Amino acid sequence: MFGFDAIELARIQFAFTVSFHIIFPAFSIGLASYLAVLNGLHLRTGRDVYLRLFNYWKTIFAVAFGMGVVSGIVMSYQFGTNWSVFSDKAGPVIGPLMGYEVLSAFFLEAGFLGVMLFGREKVGPKLHFFATLMVAIGTLGSAFWILSVNSWMQTPQGHEINDVGQFVPVNWWAIVFNPSFPYRLVHMVLAAYLTTALVVGSVGAWHLLRDRANRGARVMFSMAMAMLIVVAPLQIVAGDFHGLNTLKYQPAKVAAMEGHFDPHPEGRAPLILFGLPDAQSETVRYAVQIPYLSSLILTHDLSSPLPGLTDFPREERPPVAIVFWSFRVMVALGFAMLGLGLWAAVLRWRGAMYDRPWLHRASVAMGPAGFVAVLAGWITTEVGRQPWTVYGFLSTNDSVAPVQAAAVASSLVAFVVVYFLLFGAGTIYILRLMGKRPDEGTPIEVLGPTRAAGITPAPAVDDTFIPAE
Amino acid sequence: MMFDLAFIWAGLIAFAVLAYVILDGFDLGVGILFPFMRSEADKDLAMNTVAPVWDGNETWLVLGGGGLFAVFPLAYAVVMPALYVPIIVMLLALVFRGVAFEFRWRTKDGKFLWDLSFFGGSLVATLAQGVALGALVQGISVEGRAYAGGNWDWLTPFSLLTGVALVAGYALMGATWLVMKTDGPVRSVAQRIAIWTGGMTLALVGLVSLITPFLNPLYLDRWFGFPNALFTVLVPAAILAAAFVFIKGLREQRDSWPFLATITLFALSFIGLGISFYPYMVPPSLTIWDVAAPDESLWFLLVGALVLVPMILTYTAYAYWVFRGKVDPAGGYH
Ligand code: HDD
Ligand code: HEM
Ligand code: HEM
Repeated sequence: MFGFDAIELARIQFAFTVSFHIIFPAFSIGLASYLAVLNGLHLRTGRDVYLRLFNYWKTIFAVAFGMGVVSGIVMSYQFGTNWSVFSDKAGPVIGPLMGYEVLSAFFLEAGFLGVMLFGREKVGPKLHFFATLMVAIGTLGSAFWILSVNSWMQTPQGHEINDVGQFVPVNWWAIVFNPSFPYRLVHMVLAAYLTTALVVGSVGAWHLLRDRANRGARVMFSMAMAMLIVVAPLQIVAGDFHGLNTLKYQPAKVAAMEGHFDPHPEGRAPLILFGLPDAQSETVRYAVQIPYLSSLILTHDLSSPLPGLTDFPREERPPVAIVFWSFRVMVALGFAMLGLGLWAAVLRWRGAMYDRPWLHRASVAMGPAGFVAVLAGWITTEVGRQPWTVYGFLSTNDSVAPVQAAAVASSLVAFVVVYFLLFGAGTIYILRLMGKRPDEGTPIEVLGPTRAAGITPAPAVDDTFIPAE
Repeated sequence: MMFDLAFIWAGLIAFAVLAYVILDGFDLGVGILFPFMRSEADKDLAMNTVAPVWDGNETWLVLGGGGLFAVFPLAYAVVMPALYVPIIVMLLALVFRGVAFEFRWRTKDGKFLWDLSFFGGSLVATLAQGVALGALVQGISVEGRAYAGGNWDWLTPFSLLTGVALVAGYALMGATWLVMKTDGPVRSVAQRIAIWTGGMTLALVGLVSLITPFLNPLYLDRWFGFPNALFTVLVPAAILAAAFVFIKGLREQRDSWPFLATITLFALSFIGLGISFYPYMVPPSLTIWDVAAPDESLWFLLVGALVLVPMILTYTAYAYWVFRGKVDPAGGYH
């Protein structure tokens, strides 16, 4: 297809399907925790606004979660269909980690999801809270295991290679807690919380713009902005540590992120803010730079040497431009999130957080920023790992399955069409649910603990609930 | 070499696949039967019998695939490319039906689209699974550590037959599930469907079983050599018994009997399949020991499985128990 060979198509297909998949977990990891908090707050305080918000977000969660599940199932088979050589070789190491993900996380989420969505009346508020908590723990558990897998591919250790070329586990502790894993786990979980806070904040802000007195909107906006001001700075610090770790284990990736072609053996590397990296001529054109700053950030002094891309043979360098730009997108959004959090904090201190439309407009605009940052971050990470699948041991070219380009091309087209259609529809439904006022509808007593929830029985699907198409 | 790690794992994976076939079997079956539901309310009711549990059911498929990847990576690496087309088709179909659970409640005008997507997705996913099974039974050509055939080797009359047989079987399971879980019009439609899908399933499974031993001399030997012949003799007897319970249950309004009888039928067929296969994982060339991961991988996951699988079974049973009994169409369920 368009002159691509099987391996390029397989890479595009993997990147496409995993990028779609990550969007849902990034949201549902954070939202599951938020639901557990809302449920717990209701249990403690008895205030019905928390239960209303719980029901409101629970419906949205159900739609997003369903899409996360089906796109995830695709992922778990794609290793075999498109990357069978990789599966054969790396399976003994990463397979069991994914096995643990299924056993300890996926079953937990799925097992308690039904009770959380439909069972409040049947099991009572305490067990219902417990079920919500289990779903939240399950989502964090999947993040734990899958990030351990991914981190091992980035910074592999604890294995040997046997005579048929398979990675054989030697030390499981070293494999699971490989050098980049703690950083990646913290950074990703914070990213999920930020993503959720931005979405919740933007929905709250949207309704505040219509009605400043809306109680549900006020509570969710306030909670989201509080979350933002705590988590955004943590994320920037975590990102900094993550970068230092990468410098230690994947220096070529950092050089690409920074746009450093030439090494700086004496330190004093400038921070290139913007510019056009050109892999051919090995320069960054039109570079706008701040002297010394890169060295200060990466080595915390002015004299430690920093490697550049020219230290590595050409065929071992990652594609520079993608890594360089996606990294900048992520970092810029990280600071924008911090800015929003600070703004809201200042206005809260002055008692004006619910009254400033510009703050609310900005929050609405920042709603999708978390998703963009997550994707940008993953693109930095994964493209920066190239040309390896298992860094330093197994190259991408040696990982691909013996399937023909035609097969991969047609399945790729099918995935693209189906994903855009179905997940597009899902996004529209989610946006509609978000457009509904958080305290609309019947009073909570009639609503009952579960009526408005998840899958609504058909009679309840009336036109106030869902705007006609 | 009998009761070593690879053997235990083959048993566990077989268990996961059987659990999947039974659990997702009935909920895919409900999807296949969707067009037979007369009114909107009947459709809602049918779907609501599986809505709280479908995700848990499908997780067994993830365990089947993920487990294969973890403990028999070579089998995973050979089988997935060999069954590329049916697997991709199944995945796409599962996307269609999975999203329908939530989407169809979110729109009025577009609802019929998601009904269609639920039905079509369930049907196609089942067909693809049946075809994949048939292709695996027929055998997969392997060279070195990789699949050595083409894109379309899986497509044969036999694999199409197993595909159709699985559709009939899942429809039967869905019908008996609905008999057990509903009252009123849905239940009476399901009772009628149960009878004819029951007949079809028996006929098709019988046909598949007759052909299988002749696909591969190995299978033939399996079935007519001692001690397996004992089982060979017992199976028809057990199937007759199941059929008896099935009909008696339908006649006497013992609404859980037909479902339990159907599960028994599936379990028996599955054991029969296991007898054909053992010790092969990828017939006709790779045994479970050829494809097993190193022992370090096998025991590491086994420790977790021994602790976690009983826990999973416990809370899965709990979830089914919470939603036990007939589903009340007048709401209150949600
Ligand atoms: C809301 C999302 C979000 C935000 C605001 C940030 N990141 Fe990030 N970043 C991620 C979401 C993310 C991620 C999606 O979670 C990644 C991809 C893989 C990973 O482990 O985390 C990631 C990767 C990632 C990497 C790549 C590490 C590697 O693969 O070797 C570095 C160095 C940073 N981040 C650094 C930062 C810095 C300095 C930020 C300062 C503003 C920042 N990130 C904000
Ligand atoms: C979920 C967020 C993720 C995103 C957005 C993402 C993105 C990408 C991208 C863009 C590529 C293509 C790189 C290239 O070809 O230049 C890729 C490749 C790949 N990634 Fe990820 N990735 C993610 C997570 C993961 C995880 C968790 C794993 C492992 C468990 C993983 C394993 C792989 C593999 C095996 C490839 C294919 C080989 C390759 O082309 O490098 N990815 N991913
Ligand atoms: C290539 C990599 C990946 C594979 C093979 C994969 C596989 C899966 C599978 C099979 C499911 C469905 C589970 C079910 O049936 O309930 C799923 C859902 C999920 N995955 Fe992934 N996944 C990958 C990447 C990621 C990443 C990078 C994260 C987060 C850091 C993640 C977090 C989750 C979560 C939280 C769910 C629950 C469903 C949801 O949130 O919508 N996954 N994944």
